[in-house]
Amino acid sequence: MLARIVRLPYFKFTLWWAFWTIVGTLLVHKLNFSWAVSFTDAAVTQLDWTIAGYCLNAALRYMPPSPKNLLNVMAFTLVVAGLFTFIILPYGMPLVMQYVDSSGDYESFLSHSMYVRFVIGWMQLLFVAAISWMWHFIEEQQQNQSLKSDTEKLAREAELSQLRQQLQPHFLFNSLNSINALVVAQPELARKMIQQLSDFLRGTVKKDDRQLVTLEEEIHQLSLYLDIEKVRFGYRLKSEIKADDTSRAGKLPPLLLQPIVENAIKFGLYDTIGEITISIEASVIEKQLVISVTNPYDPDTSQPKGTGFGLNSISRRLYLIYFNNNLLQTTAENSRFTTTIKIPQL
Amino acid sequence: MIKVIIIDDEPLARSMVREYLTSYPDVSILQECDNGFEGVKAIGQHKPDLIFLDIQMPKINGFEMLELLDEPPSVIFTTAFDEYAIRAFEAHAVDYLLKPFAKERFDKAIQKWMAARQTAPVSVPAALTENTSQPEEKNRVVVKKGNNIVILPVHTIHYLEAFDDYVKIHTKDGFYLKKKTMSYFEKTLDPKEFVRIHRSYLLNLQELTRIEPLEKDNHVALLKSGVRVPLSATGYTKLKEVLGI
Repeated sequence: MLARIVRLPYFKFTLWWAFWTIVGTLLVHKLNFSWAVSFTDAAVTQLDWTIAGYCLNAALRYMPPSPKNLLNVMAFTLVVAGLFTFIILPYGMPLVMQYVDSSGDYESFLSHSMYVRFVIGWMQLLFVAAISWMWHFIEEQQQNQSLKSDTEKLAREAELSQLRQQLQPHFLFNSLNSINALVVAQPELARKMIQQLSDFLRGTVKKDDRQLVTLEEEIHQLSLYLDIEKVRFGYRLKSEIKADDTSRAGKLPPLLLQPIVENAIKFGLYDTIGEITISIEASVIEKQLVISVTNPYDPDTSQPKGTGFGLNSISRRLYLIYFNNNLLQTTAENSRFTTTIKIPQL
Repeated sequence: MIKVIIIDDEPLARSMVREYLTSYPDVSILQECDNGFEGVKAIGQHKPDLIFLDIQMPKINGFEMLELLDEPPSVIFTTAFDEYAIRAFEAHAVDYLLKPFAKERFDKAIQKWMAARQTAPVSVPAALTENTSQPEEKNRVVVKKGNNIVILPVHTIHYLEAFDDYVKIHTKDGFYLKKKTMSYFEKTLDPKEFVRIHRSYLLNLQELTRIEPLEKDNHVALLKSGVRVPLSATGYTKLKEVLGI
């Protein structure tokens, strides 16, 4: 309720007027005028200044602070202050005051205090100008800030969705080729593989990064993928998954594991000649779901440098979601290449 | 009788080709190989007329395998990657089949090969393309020594030397020969690591210890292994540029 009142367009100016009216009333009362006279004087004077200040504030919205505009403001406030003090006030004030002041002392006070009123009024207007500029400046900053964060958010969303959609088309084409080969010789197996491929593909579309999934679900999706790859590569590809119940209940962004495993399979299968085993291990350590994927490689012929594209995009995704660049790490020792990701658990 | 070998690391991909080939009674499949090493061995042993070759395979890719052959047979590439088509034809492939491919498309490839074989002997020139290379080929060089296939990670190469139609690749274990040109290696290897210091020499910067003046304006590069390699005038300028001196 209060917040709504504060947001009313004239509220600030009414408050401004009330404040200076009280100050003015006290001041004039000190000079031995009655409360009624003091209040009328202050209220009318401040009404003038507040209206002038309101106009000034509105005008300054379109005049950003600059030396030229400062001169304009000085000139404008000087003219307005002069107009009010020397023309409107001497004729306007007595019209009101005649109903309040019976003694007639006021008129001489008004004519004697002209210059003081002029200076104080001018100062007040300059003060309004300064505050207006500050307001407009802060407002603009806030607008820029929210515009910038909106833009950044949009860019982030777009990048995330693009990163998610980097399913390797070769995987699809090679799988279809395998199915093609099975159709005549082993139609049952072909049908099963079509089912697995469909389930896998269904799992890769329409996923939102903020809707975390459990590791259990990710492992299910991963198994579909691994089963297809095992049909493709036959005896050469084996896999093992170790995850306790706590880690299976852990949450992570969807479709994060599959590209890591895909990378490990490619690296393992194309860097060695025999059978390979891809190990996937998960545990929860200090409120982090830690998942590591390990593949063998040949240290004599390849040095795993950095991460490669598949892992770069995972690392980037983790950064965009958690704003942390250290959530993906790789190690290579004893002919084993390990990719480890850490997912903060809330 | 047409002798055929199928080289692909995916068993089902091989059985696909095998199935399509059953409609050609005069074709005999001599062997199926699941990597390039086996492929080189089988081709040397059976001297096939035609091979079906996958590109992405363990250890060495299809292009690297072809480079190891002295007398390469006719090749039909079978792959899911369409980005290597140009290179495949530069390698004088008969055809390039994109997985999964239909029987009709497969038949067309075979007919194309048969037609070409009748008009002129199909032989693949040994010098393969030098325009494009797979990313992994920037990090390794595959060579043959006797019957062994050796994969040299580029950091183990000390320097390369022009040698007639070949390039001598010098390492700590001696040198290997590869039928390529110096400009191929200059283009393929990372220019930050390998500098052409002479018309006949390409140097691994990691191996350089000192540049020594020779008489007049000539210089030689002293390597960690103690070998001295001549520097040409332009090579000397290029080397100084790369080293930032």
